[in-house]
Amino acid sequence: MAKTELRKNVKTEVEDRSSLKGTLASVFLLGFFLIVSWVGVFFLFLDRF
Amino acid sequence: MHMHKFEKVWLIFGVGTLLVFLTVLGVSAFYLGNQPPSCLATIDPEKVETQAPFNEPGLKKVEGKAWDYELVFVAQAFNYNPGDVEIPFGATVKIIATTKDVIHGFEVAGTNINMMLEPGYISEHITTFDKTGEYLILCNEYCGAGHHLMTSKIEVVES
Amino acid sequence: MINSADKLKVDRRDGKLVMAQIYVAFIALLIGGLAGLLQVLVRSGRFELPAGIGYYQILTVHGVVLGLVLTTFFIMGFMQACVSKTAGTFTTKQRTIAWIGFWLMTIGTVMAAVMILLNEASVLYTFYAPLQAHFLFYLGLTLVVVGSWLGSAAIIMKYAEWRRANPGTPSPLLTFMALVNVLMWIVATLGVAATVLIQLLPWSLGLVETVNVGVSRTLFWYFGHPLVYFWLLPAYMAWYVIIPKIIGGKIFSDSLARMSFILFLLFSIPVGFHHQLLEPGIDAAWKFLQVVLTFLVVIPSLMTAFSLFATFETFGRSKGAKGLFGWFKMLPWGDARFAVPFIGMLSFIPAGAGGLINASNQMNQVVHNTIWVTGHFHLTLATAVVLTFFGITFWLVPHLTGRVLTKAINKLALIQGVLWAIGMTFMSGAMHAAGLLGAPRRSAFSEYGGAPQAAEWIPYQVAQAVGGSILFLAIILMLYIFVNLAFFAPKGEEEFPIGEMSTHAEPAPMVFENWKIWMGITVLLILFAYTIPFIDLIQNAPPGSKGYNNLW
Repeated sequence: MAKTELRKNVKTEVEDRSSLKGTLASVFLLGFFLIVSWVGVFFLFLDRF
Repeated sequence: MHMHKFEKVWLIFGVGTLLVFLTVLGVSAFYLGNQPPSCLATIDPEKVETQAPFNEPGLKKVEGKAWDYELVFVAQAFNYNPGDVEIPFGATVKIIATTKDVIHGFEVAGTNINMMLEPGYISEHITTFDKTGEYLILCNEYCGAGHHLMTSKIEVVES
Repeated sequence: MINSADKLKVDRRDGKLVMAQIYVAFIALLIGGLAGLLQVLVRSGRFELPAGIGYYQILTVHGVVLGLVLTTFFIMGFMQACVSKTAGTFTTKQRTIAWIGFWLMTIGTVMAAVMILLNEASVLYTFYAPLQAHFLFYLGLTLVVVGSWLGSAAIIMKYAEWRRANPGTPSPLLTFMALVNVLMWIVATLGVAATVLIQLLPWSLGLVETVNVGVSRTLFWYFGHPLVYFWLLPAYMAWYVIIPKIIGGKIFSDSLARMSFILFLLFSIPVGFHHQLLEPGIDAAWKFLQVVLTFLVVIPSLMTAFSLFATFETFGRSKGAKGLFGWFKMLPWGDARFAVPFIGMLSFIPAGAGGLINASNQMNQVVHNTIWVTGHFHLTLATAVVLTFFGITFWLVPHLTGRVLTKAINKLALIQGVLWAIGMTFMSGAMHAAGLLGAPRRSAFSEYGGAPQAAEWIPYQVAQAVGGSILFLAIILMLYIFVNLAFFAPKGEEEFPIGEMSTHAEPAPMVFENWKIWMGITVLLILFAYTIPFIDLIQNAPPGSKGYNNLW
């Protein structure tokens, strides 16, 4: 019953919640760590016979 | 199902990275020939020593092939035959190995030569020895009480 | 109504079932941890095992007891607690089945343990045919698996009952996740059951003379990789559902959590070849195909990373955090139920990076069977998963025993987590580094005939011994905490934290519960990835191998 009322508030709340800049930055840091590690070992692979 | 815009960005970036990795690996493996050892040839593990090339372990010069030498190894608990070998600097060598008993590893430490030796199967790896030095060969797959004592040696020397 | 449901405790009878499994898990932690300590000490080169005990015997104990016993018992107990809490108390029939499963697992564990102690089974937990253990070792491990099927059956029956009673409603998230994990477990264990029942048992009993080694290894690794996801998914259950409640936030997205679990069900099984990349009997093209499938199973973990950071950031901002990373400081760092699993989450970042490298087809040649791999799974299983299990223990055990986690024990738990992080940084870090230099895994101390390369590894092995000793201290501390929470902590009510959706969240689509679709795709993917290479292994098989039982 209270559902319809809640729905109206959703929009504004979503906008507030949407500040996930820190999350995006964090996952990209994680992503760069994955890339650096992988590339590092790949170069080791290339360098060795 | 709702997905946050940033999550989409992240997943596109992540999946894209994975695709780049796979492409690099695929080109290196299938186009440049850097496949992991997958020889598929079989042999009777009880009769290894009577069959060529395993009846004569060691380094042998060959002609008319894409490699200059063939290096044959026979592994058994807990040693390799030959126990050490000299390879001329810059030689392209096909390593051919198998085991007479249980599973062994064949790792040349500090190189990409690393393969499983399984009873009944022949493992092969082709490489060019383009750095001089002494390289330890060791068993890196558990084979019993003397596993850690199972070694051999490759010396890459200026000819 | 939601509030009163929150306060509801896990039924006392179900609680006993769960606690029985957790007791076994912590006994396993003591034995396996001791074995681990002995290993790092031996490998430092400064210590020798007394009384004719073999290094590989100890190594088998460590692998079997921690990799199979601790994990399976704790996971079964934790998942049954989650299902009992969220889908309702088990019926007498369901609970009886789960108890029979528990006893089968326990009897099997004892059988395997006796054979290892008699030195009749120093074959490590990955079997290594044609090394041949005593048949009771294989039979014992079979009982562990069959017992886990009965424990799983109780979960499936409870889910089915809930499904019938609540048509058209998505099942409780924790129950859904537990169900996905047991479904994956059952499909995966069929492989190890097949190699043990069809190949290893008849062979160890002398009924058949030889074993097909390639087939046996392939069946084992068909099981061996989903096994690691069977360990990981319960930790993900805690990360997705329980941690948000502990910090006081909300679950980021119920639907996305379910989707990532479905992806794990689909993609964690048809990937076993990435453990067999350097084996001679498998075609290179099929190896690469499974490498591609392995990379697909990275995607749900990428989703998980985002969800967790988002949960943390949303919570922090709701408390008024500013700036790009201000939310990080708002997290409840003084609460061991959060902080210890958080160390586990952090460790999963290098663990994931290492995993990608291991699975990268020809790059596997750099690290295969080196101690790098050991360093890798001591980050995944022995840090990310185990610290999360410890984090669960801090509230689940007092919840079930009617006690509370006191401030003092919470502090001890934080120290335990930090000790673990320090010890593991030394041990796993040194393992990764030595592995890149070529140092092998699963090997006793050796100077390899005085080889200069092997001499370079020894300082790293000393570092491993330092790290391993710190980890052993952390284990002792954890056992003290466990005994306190189980027997001595003050009586009271400890909460079973279950995260809530944000009020505006959309309900999960019902398609996630259409098991005909998901199990159908799972089976199709397995058939696609395995049928042809498997037939190849049988048709082009070399003569079989007779057993070797006198090599250790």
